[in-house]
Amino acid sequence: MTGADVLLLALGAVAVGSGALVVTTRHLVRAGLYLVVCLGAIAGLYLVLTAELLAWVQVLVYVGAVVVLLLFAVMLTRAPIGASTDLDRPGWPAALIGGGTGAGLTLLLIDAFRWSRVDLPEPGTAERLGAEIFGRWVLPFEVLSVLLLSALVGAIAISVRIPGRRR
Amino acid sequence: MRPVIPYVTAAILFGLGVYGVLRRRNAVLVLMAVELMLNAVNLLLVTADSTTRAALPHGGQVFALFVIVIAAAEVGVGLAIVLQLYRLRGSVALDEVTLHEHPPDEGPEPAVDATGTGPTGSAGSAASGVGAR
Repeated sequence: MTGADVLLLALGAVAVGSGALVVTTRHLVRAGLYLVVCLGAIAGLYLVLTAELLAWVQVLVYVGAVVVLLLFAVMLTRAPIGASTDLDRPGWPAALIGGGTGAGLTLLLIDAFRWSRVDLPEPGTAERLGAEIFGRWVLPFEVLSVLLLSALVGAIAISVRIPGRRR
Repeated sequence: MRPVIPYVTAAILFGLGVYGVLRRRNAVLVLMAVELMLNAVNLLLVTADSTTRAALPHGGQVFALFVIVIAAAEVGVGLAIVLQLYRLRGSVALDEVTLHEHPPDEGPEPAVDATGTGPTGSAGSAASGVGAR
């Protein structure tokens, strides 16, 4: 157990614990705030795994933008402030399928990697990642920009149409 | 570094996301669980990038960046759909959405004003919020 292992274990425990709270809490707003904790812990995991550009992008995009959007949706759908009892449907199939997926993947990955040890590679700084993205991956990058534009236009087209009114 | 620790974290997070998508009936909470699943996959990609040797350096991190971009697009469109569902129904409960329904061609205009503040029914009151005014 090195220092990196201890950090990975601690951040992973935080991420899994707050992730479990996201899917089990009865408060809508608290689910969003636990999601912030979970995504922040995952950003910390990225830092330990030497993906430093990705960690800051995670903080900027997920913690900064996506969670704020989700909290906006919570507010705009007039969610009650306190605990609500009607958030869940009866959950044995969900527990079975979700638990089965998690346990199956866990067993598969434990069997694949055992307790092996690797050395961390050189960090993925902005310079290295930028050289990769704008070198080898420049075509998918441009396609993604078109995807973002079309998603933006689609979101606007969905939300300007008032339901029930005939065109 | 032991690669099994972040791998197992990612697997458990993905299982939690699957559980949340199947368990929750509020559409916003389902979107949060989808975010959990996307982050689990990102963690898997980054871990694989730093623990295995690939022909293309940092391919996993570049893919994780692309997944983050796609997730941002997904959450934008998803929230637009959720808000439109709320305006139409007055509720975001997913198991109350009827899949086969003829378009509302008779009856009065739904209780939606042009400023988009939505019907006056509370979030729990299903489709009775539509047409309340």
